[in-house]
Formats: sequence, C-alpha cells, structure tokens
Amino acid sequence: MLKQWKPAGWAMAAIAATATFALAVPSAMAQRDPAYEAARSGGQIGEQPDGYLGFVSSPTPAVRDMVNDINIKRKAAYTSGAPAGSTVAQFAFITGCNLIAKTRPGEKYKGPDGQWLTRDAGAPVRDPNCP
Amino acid sequence: MTRYRNGMLRLTLGRWAAVMIGAAALGGCVQIATPDKPIEINLNINIRQEIALKLDGDAKKLIEQNGDIF
Repeated sequence: MLKQWKPAGWAMAAIAATATFALAVPSAMAQRDPAYEAARSGGQIGEQPDGYLGFVSSPTPAVRDMVNDINIKRKAAYTSGAPAGSTVAQFAFITGCNLIAKTRPGEKYKGPDGQWLTRDAGAPVRDPNCP
Repeated sequence: MTRYRNGMLRLTLGRWAAVMIGAAALGGCVQIATPDKPIEINLNINIRQEIALKLDGDAKKLIEQNGDIF
C-alpha cells in the first residue's frame, strides 16, 4: 500500500509543478509583438516624453494601426493606473521618463526639444522634470 | 598640568572671541543681502519631486506588468 502511494505523491508534485509553471508563463510571455519590436529597432517609431509612441518617419498603414492601438492601450493603462492625487498626463509623463530611460541603443526617442534622437550607449537626453 | 590647562582655556577663549567677532561681522553682511522669498520656492520644488518619485514607482510597476504595450 505504501509503495502505491509514493508514485501518487510524485505525480501530484509533478502536476503542482506544471501548474505553477503554466501560471508563471503567461505573465512572462506578455512581451512585445515581433512587428512592434521590429518597428522600434528599425527606427520607424520611437518613445515620446509624453508616455506615448510616435512616428519618426511617415508610417505604413500597418505600423500606423499598430501604434495607434498600442497608444490607446497605454492611455487606458495610464487612466486606470494613475494614483490618487495625480493626473493621467502626469502619470503618463513619468512613465515616459522611464520608457525613454529603458530604450536600447539604436532605438529612437524624442528629446525635450521635440527632436527625434537615437539612443546610444550613454544616458538619453530627458526632460529636467524626470525623476 | 593646571597651568597648561589654563593656558589652553585662554587660547580657546581667545579663538572663540575671534570667531564670534567674525561671525557677527558676517551675520551683518548676510542679513543685508538676503532676499525675501527663497524658502517658499524651495518648498514647491520639494513637493513636486515627492509626487514625481511616488509616480515613478507606480510607472515602473505598470511597465513590468504590461510588457506587450511598453
């Protein structure tokens, strides 16, 4: 009887481990769409100080639709995530500071003067109000 | 030992007096030159920085939790 229980225990542990892994995977998989990633690294689109994506050059219809869709989702995230005592624009701006800081070398971002810049190995040029 | 200590005390008092005279002279200069409202401006900057830092933590979480749109 005892020997029959042991495999069952192993099976339960395996199921539990699989379930934990399956739960962990979706959040880790919430990553950029390949088309979005390509438009970023290709310099067609870039991060703006206001927390939204912008077009560096005139976009293809597909890129335009994709960016508009992402910006709508960002706006929704800023609206639902803005803490009490702050505005959506303030929260979007501070998030934009972080997003520009997180750009990778070669990606585009808009500087405080409104010019598109290419991120290099150094720190990006950000608005003086960024924390 | 006692004499030495007295000597030290006199020296210290002498220095203290010199520092006080210097401080008094400096104090007079600073009071004349100080403008009216520097403290209020500093307070405003501190409050803004506080809000920005609070939002900064929330922004980092938002980016982490929404990896597909950021």
